[in-house]
Amino acid sequence: MTGAEAAPLLSLNNIEVLYDDVILVLRGLSLEVAEGQIAALLGSNGAGKTTTLKATSGLLHVEDGEVSDGTIVFDGEEIQGMDAHRIVEKGVFQVLEGRRVFEHLTVRENLLAGAYTRGTRRGLEAETDKVYEYFPALAERRGQAAGYLSGGEQQMLALGRALMASPRMMLLDEPSLGLAPMLVENIFGALRRINREEGATILLVEQNARIALSVADYGYIMEGGRVVLEGDAEELRANEDVKEFYLGLGDGGRRSYRDVKHYRRRKRWLS
Amino acid sequence: MDIFLQLTVSGLSTGMIYALAAAGFVVIYKASDVINFAQGDLLLLGTYLIFLSVAQVGLPWSLGVAVTLLLAVAVALAVERLVLRPLVGEPIISMIMVTIGLSSVLRGVTGAIWGPNPRSFDSFLPAGDIVLGPATLSTARLLSIPIALAVLAGLGLFFRHTRDGIAMRAIADDQQAALSMGISIPRVFGVAWGLAAVSAAIGGIMLAGIVGVSPNVASIGLRVFPVVILGGLDSIAGAVIGGAVIGLLEVYVGFYVGHGLNLVVPYVVLVLVLMVRPYGLFGKEIIERV
Repeated sequence: MTGAEAAPLLSLNNIEVLYDDVILVLRGLSLEVAEGQIAALLGSNGAGKTTTLKATSGLLHVEDGEVSDGTIVFDGEEIQGMDAHRIVEKGVFQVLEGRRVFEHLTVRENLLAGAYTRGTRRGLEAETDKVYEYFPALAERRGQAAGYLSGGEQQMLALGRALMASPRMMLLDEPSLGLAPMLVENIFGALRRINREEGATILLVEQNARIALSVADYGYIMEGGRVVLEGDAEELRANEDVKEFYLGLGDGGRRSYRDVKHYRRRKRWLS
Repeated sequence: MDIFLQLTVSGLSTGMIYALAAAGFVVIYKASDVINFAQGDLLLLGTYLIFLSVAQVGLPWSLGVAVTLLLAVAVALAVERLVLRPLVGEPIISMIMVTIGLSSVLRGVTGAIWGPNPRSFDSFLPAGDIVLGPATLSTARLLSIPIALAVLAGLGLFFRHTRDGIAMRAIADDQQAALSMGISIPRVFGVAWGLAAVSAAIGGIMLAGIVGVSPNVASIGLRVFPVVILGGLDSIAGAVIGGAVIGLLEVYVGFYVGHGLNLVVPYVVLVLVLMVRPYGLFGKEIIERV
């Protein structure tokens, strides 16, 4: 089903997510991420991308959401409905959308908080040094309150916290959000390195389909709470619909409203 | 001058006990945003527990202190587990109201067990006086200052350097982000209540040594509010400074201005601070990037 040959590290099988017991956000979503892969999850606002990540990392409870059907299997074990801290201990680490650094903690303390599940403090010097090596800008500001960092530095810190936990699987929610193009390149360069050098498998949610598909091995496109299209990143980049609606590479010329309606129909057909 | 010195020592020692109670309050507020109205009653509990273990059971002092701390932590953990944890996720105001109820329960239970009359017993703090130049100072009061400062410094270091301390501040900043890094909120809340109980119990033990054991101790607990409002709800250093200022103001005003006014002055400070600097001297300001 996916482009991966090995057994997937993470698989979501037909999951449904309900908020407040009534609002169905995910309806039978399935996806797989093979070990060592970077998978991109694309889609428009409200498609359910963030919910998919939170369902996996166990962060739905606090928002009154729950996985009401289906299974989420990580490394051969079902993790749906498990407490968030147990899921992190198993090696799944979500970097939330919007950076969410601890503003009143210093850069270094933020990193230590990221390593919370690693228990003892032994070896943490090596870990923080590694983060500073990945993101030299953070090293200069290690003693400063994270709230005063620039947006780009905060995103680096958010990734740095994830690195501290040495997760097997990183779930990233819109790391490009609100960043200048050069910083986006920088962040995605680091992601590629984290994937290769730290061996972290990555599931990446993005609005910026172009950059996401440039680093990803495999991609999923979501609409209305389910996957409507999937394929190798290269295939997706070449796909006419993806080009037109997610990469903004139409075949030129203004589209009339009829074409948009046609697209709606086409999307419905796809789903 | 000697009177002034005596007043100062007395004010500071009372102030440090306020600071111990306030520090416990700060710990809980930092970790969970809960304003713990039962903090003064934890102080009360401390005085009765040391009375129980030393005067009634007859344990030696060192053991009595250890037993008091253990029992106080046990009570706090039970309260956290049975009363507050089921409310996690409910509006903060529910938890705050529960602490008001908790305060009445603690007061009622200690009242039922030990009765309304003040009790006295021999303090473990040395009873003598120290003559310092022209002033005669009570050794017990003088000693309580370094003891309290050591405990408070320990709490400060805890927040700065330990895993749970950093986790607590992380939760205070952004609960969901803290969850996303695997920080276990029940564990951290438990640690916070345990620490608050230890800090209040140490304050209670010292109070028992200095002023004795009586239900009135709970009213000292009320002094926690001016202290934390002045120092900042989320700052241990603020609790120390706030405690010292309030303690000193009380004795100075009581002696130089008029007896009776000392009871009012902390609350005058409270109102003034709220008007001028609502986050207190050392409270956390909201960081805005520009």
